[in-house]
Amino acid sequence: MVYASSPEPGGVPHTGAGRGAAPRPGPRTSVKLVVAGGFGVGKTTLVEAVSEIPPVNTEAWMTQAARTVDALEEPGAKTTTTVAMDFGRVTLAPDLVLYLFGTPGQPRFWPMWDDLCRGASGAVVLVDTRRLEASFAAVNYFENDSDVPFIVAVNLFDGRQTHTLAQVRQALELDPRVPLITCDARHRGSAVETFTRTLRHTLDRTASRGPLAAR
Amino acid sequence: MTANPWVRPYVLTGGRTRGRRHLLVHTLVSGGRYDAAFAGRLLPEARALYERVHTTSESVAELSAHCGVSLGVTRVLLADLAAGDRIVIAAEDSSPYDPHVLERVIDGLRELA
Repeated sequence: MVYASSPEPGGVPHTGAGRGAAPRPGPRTSVKLVVAGGFGVGKTTLVEAVSEIPPVNTEAWMTQAARTVDALEEPGAKTTTTVAMDFGRVTLAPDLVLYLFGTPGQPRFWPMWDDLCRGASGAVVLVDTRRLEASFAAVNYFENDSDVPFIVAVNLFDGRQTHTLAQVRQALELDPRVPLITCDARHRGSAVETFTRTLRHTLDRTASRGPLAAR
Repeated sequence: MTANPWVRPYVLTGGRTRGRRHLLVHTLVSGGRYDAAFAGRLLPEARALYERVHTTSESVAELSAHCGVSLGVTRVLLADLAAGDRIVIAAEDSSPYDPHVLERVIDGLRELA
């Protein structure tokens, strides 16, 4: 990528590499996965299980979208909406880093989902079988409003499976092509398996489209 | 926005709400040569981002979180710094579905398990 350079007195114009020096060594490639699902289904726990940093919580993202939504609720009111969302990071190689972004649960923040999902390599929708309805919106979003390949993972909170996967699939009216697995978001091995399955699904789904398929 | 709660975001960005490019949240940003005189002329938010970028290579979202600058403002300020050739923003033109990269991610994850 080449940027226009702006020469300064005594300076030498450069393109791309940042004034006078090659970029410092560091990760050059980043990959993003999205973790979606309703409030309290374990998104942060799943990210935490593999992240090398404590999930970073950042706020105050919403600007225009929040105003639009809020305007419908409180005509004339000017509100500042802050959204908490967190993400983790896993450095996989000196030049490669994986980011795991949890979506904010509330449907009113959907415009932000579009932003988070842009350029994502895959998504996992977490569900809690005790409150399946909490994740309906997330499943709907990935089935209808996003091109990002996704899988659904049932989070076994206490290690027990209360419903068969067939029952869950039926209750979610899940497309048979969407993989449905179980996981325990508290355990690293299980979290790794969940993200690996997510990436495998992306590879399967995009293989026919060629390596440079559109986003 | 914690860095300077008394200044409206559009003031920080010179009235613009969008950068030259709408950066992805996971795009990596790194620094080139650190220019203290340049840093001293920046507004606090831009300066915080410029200095952070020179200590570590991080994503747009990490920079936003660590510098306490909202994502929208962070995107605009980073795009400005890159356009002025002060920082380096990783290319965003590669496919997120590149099988070679995804296989490397899978291999890397498996080593963590």
